[in-house]
Amino acid sequence: MSSLQCDITLTVNGETIRETVEARKTLVDFLRDDLGLTGSHVGCEHGFCGACTVRLNGVIVRGCLTLAVQCDGAKVETIEGLSDTGECADLQTAFETRNALQCGFCTPGMLLTAQELLASDRVPSREAIREHLSGNYCRCTGYHAIVDAVEAVAKARAGSGT
Amino acid sequence: MKPAPFGYAKARSLDEAIGLLGQQPDGVKLLAGGQSLIATLNMRLSEPRLLVDINGLHELSGIRLDNDHLVIGAMTRQVEIERSADIARHAPLLAKALPHIAHPAIRNRGTIGGSIAFADPAAELPACLTALSAEIEIAGPSGKRTVRADDFFKGLFETALGPQDVLTAIRIPTALADHRCGFDEFARRLGDYAIVGLAATARANGAGLKDVRLAYFGVGATPVRASRAEVALAAGDLDKAVASLSGDIDPQDDVQENAAVKQHLAGVLLRRVAKQMTEARS
Ligand SMILES: Cc1cc2nc3c(=O)[nH]c(=O)nc-3n(C[C@H](O)[C@H](O)[C@H](O)COP(=O)(O)OP(=O)(O)OC[C@H]3O[C@@H](n4cnc5c(N)ncnc54)[C@H](O)[C@@H]3O)c2cc1C
Ligand code: FES
Ligand code: FES
Repeated sequence: MSSLQCDITLTVNGETIRETVEARKTLVDFLRDDLGLTGSHVGCEHGFCGACTVRLNGVIVRGCLTLAVQCDGAKVETIEGLSDTGECADLQTAFETRNALQCGFCTPGMLLTAQELLASDRVPSREAIREHLSGNYCRCTGYHAIVDAVEAVAKARAGSGT
Repeated sequence: MKPAPFGYAKARSLDEAIGLLGQQPDGVKLLAGGQSLIATLNMRLSEPRLLVDINGLHELSGIRLDNDHLVIGAMTRQVEIERSADIARHAPLLAKALPHIAHPAIRNRGTIGGSIAFADPAAELPACLTALSAEIEIAGPSGKRTVRADDFFKGLFETALGPQDVLTAIRIPTALADHRCGFDEFARRLGDYAIVGLAATARANGAGLKDVRLAYFGVGATPVRASRAEVALAAGDLDKAVASLSGDIDPQDDVQENAAVKQHLAGVLLRRVAKQMTEARS
């Protein structure tokens, strides 16, 4: 009933995965070490930086504050999945053209977080963008370019009616 | 860092969770949203032998009306409270406070029961429940009981919960037409725990206020009622209320700020929150 190792079945980016994991393994370590999905990054490991952001059953969560065993039966999506489906291709392009990344360590987390904001608030204010991204740290850009990129995509999406 | 090894059990019922908590005194912890617990495990500040996951217990989740009370299940996520129309209408103080808690990805997972059970002295929800005269429902090996928020927070990270207890729900009297509430805090960055914060409720009394409840957080080991200031504010004397805070709260230096600054900020918050309550129209 309780054990140090558990069998889990989940879907990751649409693919069914069956694995045995240690109970103490966090979701982000499972994705990176067991599945080789290294797009989700590990920064602080205690919830502060947002580098490990992934989607669990449709909402963004901290990959370092969720255990892999808790994802039995769940649907997990990472930046690799979003890139493959093209769901946030416009955000990715805007980040690139507006220099909203330098080293790129924070970028996967930023993209997932921004994508969630734009799904619920079509044209958020700069204030709302800053608020929604407040849990994602970037040590390179100073945030301005990131807010610019998200704002531009929001306007473009609203303009093209998608 | 990575956590020390532990076992994991997903509880299928409340009784099973309570039973598992009794198996290894001190070595078992409930896992709710994990947003405080897993951080402490990762830092090895805590090394339990077994985690009992209560995320599958749907009976502990959800917001419902029960006559003149709002009942919020312990496993209700912070984000659900933030977005709930029932909360906005019947417990507007919570709707005001929620955006100040952490960040969206954390509120997607973090639960109200976890926040209350964890009882961080700088957390918003314990103070809100104190201001709202809420009751906390608990299930344990000897049955169910209800504890008033005023009696629930015992000390630093210490509550009325025993080692085998599960916090099951929170009961809040629904806001009447004359209900007034106010909330504000100072934090270094958006989403950080507060340096000082204030959650308040009152009832309108003509242009003034009565039944004022002021619950400060970040100024002591638990939420702290400012009872002298409550009396002064109900008497319509805001300056006296601010002055009497020096007898009501006794903040200590901490990692965030020194005591004198906290004491000053408490007065600034009282003026802001009093204004929210007197200017509100229902
Ligand atoms: C970066 C960051 C910033 C944060 N900022 C804030 C903030 O500004 N304000 C704030 O209030 N919080 C903040 N938090 C904490 C967050 O709100 C947590 O979600 C919350 O404190 C704990 O809720 P949880 O559901 O995640 O509980 P867990 O982490 O799962 O559990 C916390 C503790 O409570 C116990 N517990 C949980 N549920 C129950 C229950 N039903 N019965 C009995 N015991 C129980 C657990 O055993 C554990 O000991 C922050 C967290 C992070 C990572
Ligand atoms: S690694 Fe998860 S928030 Fe920093
Ligand atoms: S681009 Fe380097 S941390 Fe953001």
